[in-house]
Amino acid sequence: MNKKRSFLQSISAAPHMVWAVLFIVTPMLFVLYYAFTKEGGGFSFENFTNLFQAIYVSTFVRSLCYALIATVICLLLAYPLAYILAKLGEGRQSLMITLLMLPMWINFIIRTNSLISIVHILGFFGTPVSVILGMVYNYLPYMILPIYTVLSKIDRRYLEASMDLGCTPLQTILKVVLPLSISGVISGITMVFVPSVSTFYISTALGGNKTTLIGDMIESRFLGSSGAINYYMGAMLSLILMILIFISMWVMNRFSDEKDGGVIV
Amino acid sequence: MKQISRIYTVLIFVLLYAPIAIMILFSFNAAESTTKFAGFSLDWYRQLFGDAEVWLAFKNTMVLALLSSVLATLIGTAAAIGLAKMKNRYLRSGVQTVTNIPMMNPDIVTGVSLLLLFAMVATIFGTGVDRLLGFWAILIAHITFNLPYVILSVAPKIAQLDRNLTEAALDLGCTPLSAFFKVELPGIMPGIISGFIMAFTLSIDDFVITYFLSGSEYSTLPVYIYGLTGKGTVTPDVYALSTLLCIGVLALLVCSNVMQRRMDAKQRKKTA
Repeated sequence: MNKKRSFLQSISAAPHMVWAVLFIVTPMLFVLYYAFTKEGGGFSFENFTNLFQAIYVSTFVRSLCYALIATVICLLLAYPLAYILAKLGEGRQSLMITLLMLPMWINFIIRTNSLISIVHILGFFGTPVSVILGMVYNYLPYMILPIYTVLSKIDRRYLEASMDLGCTPLQTILKVVLPLSISGVISGITMVFVPSVSTFYISTALGGNKTTLIGDMIESRFLGSSGAINYYMGAMLSLILMILIFISMWVMNRFSDEKDGGVIV
Repeated sequence: MKQISRIYTVLIFVLLYAPIAIMILFSFNAAESTTKFAGFSLDWYRQLFGDAEVWLAFKNTMVLALLSSVLATLIGTAAAIGLAKMKNRYLRSGVQTVTNIPMMNPDIVTGVSLLLLFAMVATIFGTGVDRLLGFWAILIAHITFNLPYVILSVAPKIAQLDRNLTEAALDLGCTPLSAFFKVELPGIMPGIISGFIMAFTLSIDDFVITYFLSGSEYSTLPVYIYGLTGKGTVTPDVYALSTLLCIGVLALLVCSNVMQRRMDAKQRKKTA
């Protein structure tokens, strides 16, 4: 009796699988294909060797630096706030979290545009500071939320035990709270770093000519002025960006796994 | 200590909300400046309502959001059901990994990869890529990046289903199909609805991927706003449109929250 049913169930994932092959796997393969094809056709490492031109190297380094700085600033700003929020009473906690999440629902373009006035009024438009401010402003909630989630789940008794055993409040934070919250910190770092390093509008809107990021460069290879368009180089840049991000995510995940294991033991 | 943490919290929230507040302020500016306030006026809003292009972009955004979220919910729910029953562990985790790629990948890479797909199809058929871009390309893209979110919100509800209820329905004479529609589907409905809402909002909100696939003719609201903003310059009409969009999203959030609460209450009543 259940045969027909299990047959229906087993093919119900089929449309999705076809979809995933057509629109996730195949496009990825085309990125690979275009990255190793030279303009006009034919396999080549030309795009790869072109990566070592000063303009690409400096842009990659700049993107990484800005994203790292923005991530560190976010972490420094977010951790204390997450800690404060986790200690609030339940009703106020959920109000604050709602307030924190609201800006996340506002479109990224709008949030970035809304900074243009402020940056002009404060007078640092077009500088690296304004680009990094753009990143921090856009992605700060993504750092606060995961840290807050982890912190609010920490068993109070650990903190009491640490105090009873003679730790000062500061020692308790450094030796108990911080290690227990590391998984939240890691996912916060990933959630800020990945969009920051790959962003393409922030520096166009807030930066000057010397703050071009890797995302802007990729965008101009595909949709820029006709002189800048080069799908093959654009594909190579995207490929490198993707690899870079997967490596950093892998490293972070390993780091957090080990820490978690350590805590359990 | 308490005082310090209160001040700190206020400062962070000021940082988060000040730009939005200033944006709303300048959307009412009487002059065409976004740095000097010259008096209150509704001119920019009046202009917006008369602008056919804005309405078109709004319509496009809504049609795309609705279609892509409905289709993603259908395909994704079916997929979650199929994946839960899948015997082959490796195939299942393989499918899940592939599905999550658009969620992990930076948006720009997803956009680029789909653009390259259409570019390739265009070369095969000997047309320009621009002819393939626009509505259909964006619809495909939105369904693709919505799928993992639908699956992620439906899958846990399937895992929570009580197998005994299904068996009882079968024993009491339901056909397998009607047992599914009468017992299992209502059980996973909250997951389906929250997946749908998630997909709908993500679709409205997406800029990067849509931008890469919109071609020269088609635009959604975020792409339209992008097109209006020059390098480091922004005009009050953009701020006015943005303000309206923020209010729209806020209304949507409130609605979905209220709906979810009602559904939860209903479920609790049923189980109690």
